[in-house]
Amino acid sequence: MKHTISVLVENHFGAFDRVATMFSGKGFNIRSISIGETEISEVSRMTIVTDGDDQIIDQVVKQLNRLIDTIKVVDLAETYHVERELALINVGIHKGSMEELKNICDIFRGNIVDITNKSMIVEITGPPDKIDAAVNVLAPFGIKEMARSGIVALKRGEQIKIQKKENLTNN
Amino acid sequence: MKKSNNVLCGADIFFECLKREKVEYIFGFPGGAVLKLYEHLYDVDFLQHILVRHEQGAVHAAEGYAKASGKVGVVLVTSGPGATNTVTGIADAYMDSVPIVVFTGQVASHLIGNDAFQEADIVGITRPITKHNFLVRDIKELASTIRKAFFIASSGRPGPVVVDLPKDVIASKCEFVYPEDIEIRGYKPTYKGHINQIKKAAEVIANAKKPLLYVGGGVIMSGGSEELGLFARDNKLPVTMTLQGLGAFPGTDNLSLGMLGMHGTYWANQAVNNCDVLVSLGARFDDRVTGKVETFAVDAYKIHVDIDPTCIDKNVVVDLPIVGDVKHILAELASEMPKVPDTKDWLAQIQDWKDECPLVYEDNDGRLRTEYVIEKISEKTKGEAIVVTDVGQHQMWTAQYYKYNHPRSNLTSGGLGTMGFSVPASIGASFAIKDRPIVSISGDGGFQMCIQELVTAVAYKRPIKFFIINNSFLGMVRQWQELFHAEKYSFTDLSETNPNFVKVGEAFGIESYSTENPKDVDSLLDKAFSVNDRPFLIEFKVVKEDMVFPMVPSGGSISDMMVKRLNPKRMT
Repeated sequence: MKHTISVLVENHFGAFDRVATMFSGKGFNIRSISIGETEISEVSRMTIVTDGDDQIIDQVVKQLNRLIDTIKVVDLAETYHVERELALINVGIHKGSMEELKNICDIFRGNIVDITNKSMIVEITGPPDKIDAAVNVLAPFGIKEMARSGIVALKRGEQIKIQKKENLTNN
Repeated sequence: MKKSNNVLCGADIFFECLKREKVEYIFGFPGGAVLKLYEHLYDVDFLQHILVRHEQGAVHAAEGYAKASGKVGVVLVTSGPGATNTVTGIADAYMDSVPIVVFTGQVASHLIGNDAFQEADIVGITRPITKHNFLVRDIKELASTIRKAFFIASSGRPGPVVVDLPKDVIASKCEFVYPEDIEIRGYKPTYKGHINQIKKAAEVIANAKKPLLYVGGGVIMSGGSEELGLFARDNKLPVTMTLQGLGAFPGTDNLSLGMLGMHGTYWANQAVNNCDVLVSLGARFDDRVTGKVETFAVDAYKIHVDIDPTCIDKNVVVDLPIVGDVKHILAELASEMPKVPDTKDWLAQIQDWKDECPLVYEDNDGRLRTEYVIEKISEKTKGEAIVVTDVGQHQMWTAQYYKYNHPRSNLTSGGLGTMGFSVPASIGASFAIKDRPIVSISGDGGFQMCIQELVTAVAYKRPIKFFIINNSFLGMVRQWQELFHAEKYSFTDLSETNPNFVKVGEAFGIESYSTENPKDVDSLLDKAFSVNDRPFLIEFKVVKEDMVFPMVPSGGSISDMMVKRLNPKRMT
């Protein structure tokens, strides 16, 4: 089963590599991985999509927690959460296909972010299955290139609290 | 936080930190990137630097010191090859959860990534085999990094930590502030077990008919041997130990079943297979213990106490996990026991298994056997020695026949199975323990893997007994070749090429003897144990083709256990 795991890590040199090394060393799958800043400057959030049975996911979460640089690990599959992915898709333009492409783009609430005589880049944001659907529909027009960001996700409602550094030293 | 206004250079900060960590010994080898540290080390008087002859030896020595003393072992080596030579030792310490801190030199910061002379990305290389590692990029982070390294190495489930020190960082200066307290927000080991889980476990154990304690190295590391002894004796619970657990409970106690697993005793394995409650204490259900997981203690209710949550449900799914420090949990378990379980019948059953298939070996043909040698060593030292073994047949025979009285007495490379461990590890142990005999037991193969450290033993006049069990074969590999690989003794016969070990020992300056006669063993051992101011070496030439039994084949079930050689004709 697919699980989206949100990991808060120290924004240190090598923290990303530790997580990646752990996944490859333990033989866990990574379907997608994304990393970026959070509301706290010295903390990064990694969103990892992995799959496996309950025992494997249990180990993934525990092994992530075991890394010294990880601050918080949450398996979002167990909570209500929002998932989004962004895709940039470079599609070929053929005679008469322009109108149809614009329609498709509208249906998926996408944006045309670049255009030439021969092709255009469509930007689509949404849950991964929406991106998959858009890719399927665009495929017949000829996808020249595609880049997907991987999933970013947040728990709905209550936030995952991070212990701030200044609080720590006061303890 | 304590503040001082003294501006120090990196090298001075380094030693100031080691002083505060109460480091007594550094095992190391100098080189270009750490010259500044060695320059300052020259005038340091609060610790002793032990010069090894190969960096792998330094790490094993630090492991031996750490395992024997319970303190953190410290290593100092240079960049590049100095650092990469430590990799095997670090991996060994990682697998066996040994608290060590390895300081590696690194090329100057501006040269990192330039393929500079003696540059290696040791932080990248050791990432999967350390508990954590650091590259100190700023002199201001040096003191706190060293503090964190010692804290991480020694707390929770212990393990190795690497600290990479660029040459320019060590040479630069800053105000020295030693952080007395540090907190790492991503690292909070759980020590106290969940009381409801403990109560439930006590209830289950009290009502068990056939309970069994399965004890691993975690009990020794946590210092919980005394609590284990009380808990087991008060409740008449039989105890079986893993290779790393040996010594946690006295081997001479009636409740001790010895080692379990691949080369465990018949009765220990039968007990595991037939128990109704299996209590794992600081053990990790390693494949050498479980064999085929699907048939391992299938009917038993499994309680698993471990400080590392990743160990729980990793190999075997358990019924009742308790995360925490096993020493504390054992004490709490003991106080929560509602009654003493009735184990009389169960202990009688185990005794029957013991009588059915005791540990025996051929001893009536006048030829020398490892089992006999180990029994004699056990007898001479009354189970009081620190026994440092290498890896292979002699290691298993030592586990079977040496009756350890105390924890931290059985030093061996279990998880990684590193040949060459014994000689340097025994040197490290000899610095930790000075009032008990230190015995290093190696096979003829492994002895040659870190043989250079004999110089270290001689240089520092270590009173170590180097015993070589020479069967002229890579014996354990040979055993597998005979049993599972069509008797193709591919590259395991060393008889034509082994050196003369007595001459080797003498060349290093060690009084050395050799025998193949069982009758000489007593007097030679007496001689060895009477020497206490320098190393001593004995080569025991044993029967070539002996195999270690019982044996559960890799991935097999207890029912697949072999207790003797099926075809005696294979003895040549």
